[in-house]
Formats: sequence, structure tokens, C-alpha cells
Amino acid sequence: MAAGLSRLVGAGGGTTVPGKVLTSLDPDVLDRLARRLPLGSALVSATNGKTTTAAMAAQILGPHLRLAHNSSGANLLSGVTSSLLSAKDAELGLFEVDEAALPEVATRIAPRAVCLGNLFRDQLDRYGELEHVAERWRAVVRDLPAASVLVVNGDDPQVGDLARERPGSIVFGLDDPRQAVPELLHAADSKWCLRCGRPYEYSAIYVGHLGAYRCPACGHARPELDVVGREIELRGLEGVDFMLQTRGESRPVRLAVPGLYNVYNALGAASLALALGSSLDDVVAGLERFGAAFGRFERIAVEDRRLLMLLVKNPAGANEVVRTLVAGGAPKLAVLALNDAIADGRDVSWIWDVDWEPLLAGLERVVVTGDRAAEMALRCKYAGFPVDAIEVVPELGEALDRGLDLTPTAGELVVLPTYTAMLALRRIVADRGFVRPYWERAA
Amino acid sequence: MTTIRVGHLYPEYLNIYADRGNIAVLASRARWRGLGLEVEALSLGDELRPGEHDLLYIGGGQDREQALIAPDLAARGEAIRAAVDGGAAVLAVCGGYQLLGRFYRGRDGGELPGAGLFPLETVAGDRRMIGDCLLDCELESGVRRTLAGFENHAGVTRLDAGAVPLGRVVAGFGNDGASGFEGVRVGSAVGTYLHGPLLPRNAWLADWILERALEHRTGERQALEPLADELEDEAQAVAAGRARSRGGRF
Repeated sequence: MAAGLSRLVGAGGGTTVPGKVLTSLDPDVLDRLARRLPLGSALVSATNGKTTTAAMAAQILGPHLRLAHNSSGANLLSGVTSSLLSAKDAELGLFEVDEAALPEVATRIAPRAVCLGNLFRDQLDRYGELEHVAERWRAVVRDLPAASVLVVNGDDPQVGDLARERPGSIVFGLDDPRQAVPELLHAADSKWCLRCGRPYEYSAIYVGHLGAYRCPACGHARPELDVVGREIELRGLEGVDFMLQTRGESRPVRLAVPGLYNVYNALGAASLALALGSSLDDVVAGLERFGAAFGRFERIAVEDRRLLMLLVKNPAGANEVVRTLVAGGAPKLAVLALNDAIADGRDVSWIWDVDWEPLLAGLERVVVTGDRAAEMALRCKYAGFPVDAIEVVPELGEALDRGLDLTPTAGELVVLPTYTAMLALRRIVADRGFVRPYWERAA
Repeated sequence: MTTIRVGHLYPEYLNIYADRGNIAVLASRARWRGLGLEVEALSLGDELRPGEHDLLYIGGGQDREQALIAPDLAARGEAIRAAVDGGAAVLAVCGGYQLLGRFYRGRDGGELPGAGLFPLETVAGDRRMIGDCLLDCELESGVRRTLAGFENHAGVTRLDAGAVPLGRVVAGFGNDGASGFEGVRVGSAVGTYLHGPLLPRNAWLADWILERALEHRTGERQALEPLADELEDEAQAVAAGRARSRGGRF
């Protein structure tokens, strides 16, 4: 009933309120609900891609198991609790968990498997420094039940190192130097050897600081990979193909979502599903069925035009969105929507760490919007973008209309919003009848 | 063409709060006045020759990165002080601001040595000071200006008696959350916790720094011609509103 009430008052789809209410009445409710699941729970966390990775895993596991899955992205304690409440006959819990909430959720749920994807600098005003999050993750891994399987991205030095302390872990990563970028982008994190502080040497850099690294001084290097993505073929904005290789077997996979970062998400989901007992056939079929996680990458028809909405929320994620967009045929017009609510990060300095330049180079016009539209305008101006081609339209609905006006019939408007701007834009489009609210889709 | 020479200290270590935004603003605003601006990275072990650079820039990093560069920076203290005595401008933000003081003492009691340019010391506090911050500054006598930025620091910075702060806190925490002061100024050297980055939405400070750096280069003080700063002013007004409505306070 609480869920219905929350939806009635329009409070974000009612995806966390029941959990909040019940947790305040009964603080141990999550522990007990989780213990009722006959097949236990699996957790997914990362700075970038946790919603998508969990959604891919749900596609793989879903046909065979009844899942409790927080698919709408409510990934704090309350969201996990709510999704358990609303899936009473579930057999397996599959939860994406906020990086900072992971220690508490893991302690309460005692998961069967945990998939850790990556750590990038993100909303420093909210999460604090990367090192502190990594420190807390180390404690999570140390305290996992002995039977739990740990899945880590070996291409991330901080994350891959967690598996060293835990035999039997599954390590995933990429092996396709053709897809490597020539050098670390400006915002790269974890550049310095965990052991001795010297800069790592990379034989291949794939996304941000993710890649095949080795410290020339002390030899600290990427662990051996168990699940590998090879022979990657990017198909612009349409998707990406790769060869999924596990020990002894390999299969081609065709993903319907684009970009190298989605290969990482697919490898994380595949490794997690394999750890939970899925067959390789089920893994491939699930990955190929996958559309896109809510709001991360979405095409919405609006009358005779289309919106292409890509969430941007931190430098590493935004850099990959820019790279994918440019590789898919650079757009001439884009709407950049910058909000600064808590969920977006109140500190907007991160937009200066994003390499927007390759996108701006192809644009003829940019519409900046959101609560911090002027700040985004300055980012474009000081990147050398002509000031008279920057339109500042702070109100999101007006900016959307302006963008659609500038888009030719049957054309596609690229919109890059931060999290709360994405929610607001979806609501605006839904109010006009073009997309169903996400809590209906997620149900 | 006159070219301003900038020495950027440890850019690959100290870049956490979009410090390159500050550099981009200085470079563009110099170029729009027909001036050149060249940035040289000064990293571990590179020589810093006083007088060669008109402006030294140092940003902030995570704890780990700051610990990696602190001994190297402290060893250059004399050279940096000599540069500033010779009229070079300095902009130090966040971690760089702390490390140009005498020392930074962490919560575990461990101490990072500082360069000793700024008359201050910093000790890690119990609570992080995070939020939008608004300052009232008077860098030139009788000219009051506003600075709007974002602060995120655990360090509590205490200025020596008689030291000159960068500004008075209108909203936010500032150096220590108590004194009502933020930042420090020594001649043409300025240190502050404010990032965001600082200069895009505080164009007047960018120009003040450029004028100081230009004076160091040419030997004469000259006012830069004004630019069309509508976007900068709008961004500052929004940020100032944020600080007033939700700036940090204990």
C-alpha cells in the first residue's frame, strides 16, 4: 500500500518509500527478507555501469528464476528492501548497490556472489575520495561469507587487486589492443601503483584507467583473466560485437547497446551469472536479448522525431558517452542538461574534467539547460565553442522544445542529461504521452 | 606578442577538482587580449628557477597523490618564496593551498611538510567542510568583489596573526568553519579552498591574476581591456545563490 501511496503523490515511482517506512519500523527487516530467498542474493556495484550490469544479469537469469531485482536504480538500503518486499515469491535476489551503501547491504544480506565493476572519481562531495571507497570495499571483501564468489574487473587496478586476497574469484577484462586509446585521458584515476606509487605502464588502455597495466618498479600487474572480451567490433550507436571467452570456451556475442563500456558491463554480468550456475548458452542468449537499462541509453519517439538520451554523471562515464557518440557519427546539435541536486553531485566541477571537445568539434549548435545551464555554457565557451552558437535555456521543457524545433523531421535529437535532469526530462516526455513511466516498465 | 609563462606544479598528480578549467580560462582570456600564455608542467624533480615563470599554479589532489608530491614541493620552498618575492603571481587551490603553508597534519598525526610560502598551517578536522561557498574580497583597496566556489576539505586551516585572508566568508565554511575567513594572500600569491573550478565563474579574479603575471613579465602594471562576461556573471549569480541557500555550516 505504501508503494501505491507514494505513486499517488508522485514521489519518484514509489520505489524506495515502502523500504524506508518498514526499515524505520523494523531495522532488521532486510536481513530477514534476504534470508527468506531460497537461492540467496547477488550484488553488483561500480561507479559506472552497475544498473546496466545488473539488468544484463537479470536478462540472463530471469527466464529460469524468479528474481527480486531493483531494476529502477533505487540502489540504497531502502531500495533493496523495497524490491524484496514487492517480490515475495522470489527465489534469487539480484541487486545493484550504491558504492557507499555496499558495506552495509553486504553485511545484512550475506550475498552468494558480489560483482565489483570499477571505481572512478564521482561526486566527491558525496562519496569522498576514491581511496576511501576502495578501503571500504576491501573490508567488504574481507568480511564476505567463505562460500561467496567474488567477481571483479581485473582491468581496474584497485578493483582487480581485491581478488588477490580471495582464491576462487572470477576476474574479467578485455583483451583487444585494437580498441585501446593512445593515452590516459585527463580525468584518469588510479594511475599510480597501489603498492609503490610509481606510474603504471599500460600495454592497452580501454576506458578511463581500465586496461592492461603493470608497474615497472615493483611488478604489480593486472591479474590473470578468467572471463575475457576479445575481437571487439564497435557498431556505432547500434551496438557492439565481441568474442566472450571463458576458460576453454568462447562464443560470439552481439550486444544491442553501444560502446566498449557496455562490453565491460556484459563481462561483469556474464561472470556473475556463471558464478551463479548459468550455462554459457544462457549467458549469450540473455546478453543478446538485453535492450538498455532505464534511462542510461534510450531512444524515444516524439511525434515525427526521436530523442536519443544518454545519461552523463561523472568524467569517466561522460567521456565514454562522448566517444561512443562521435564514433557513431557525430551529431550537429546536442542538448546538455546539467543539474546539481544531491543525486547529480552538488559540485559541478566534474564537467571540466570531461573531454567534451571531440563532441563539440562536430556540433554546429548546443542548447545548455538545467539548474546549472550557465556553468555548462562556460564549459563550452572555454573549450573554444563559438558563444553565439550556445543557447542557454535553463528550463528543461523549453530546452527540449528548442532542441526538437532545431531537429529536422525524422531526425534524432541527442540529449545528455545528468541523473535528475534525465528523470525530469522523462517525466516531461511521459506527460506528453510518449513514454510510459519507468515504474510501469520495471514492474 | 607578449607571452605569459605559467608553471603548473604536478598537473598529473593534483587535478582532482577540474584544475585544468582554471588554466583554460587564463589561456583564453589572455588570448582574447592578444597575449600569449604558455604552460609548463613542473613535476617531481623538475627544476623551478625563480623569475622564469610569471604565474605558478598548483591544484588539489586526493590524499594519496598529495602525499606523493609533498616532499618534492617542500624542497622547493625557497625557490617558490624567491619567485613570489620577485613579483610572480601564484594561484593555489585546495590541496595545493594547504601544501604551500607550513605543514598539513593528518588525523593519524602524520605530517606532510609544506613549502612555507603562506603563513598558515592545516590540521585535519573531524568533519569535512563540503558545500557552496561565497566570499567578499577586497584585493585592491576600495574595490570589493564577490567570489563564488565550492569547498570540500577536512583540513582546518589557521592563518598566523596578521596574515591577510583572500576574503570574508559570506556563506559557507571557509578556512576553518569558525573564523569567517577564507584563503590567504601574500603579495600576488593567492591560496584558496574554492574550486568549481574557481576562475570560469569568477572572471574578475582571472583578470587580476593575469594582470599581476603580466606585470611580472613586462615590469609595468596595465589594466586589461574588459571582455563580454554575461555567461560568467550569470554562472556566478547562480553559484552565489546556491551558497546563500545551501552553503555549508556546522
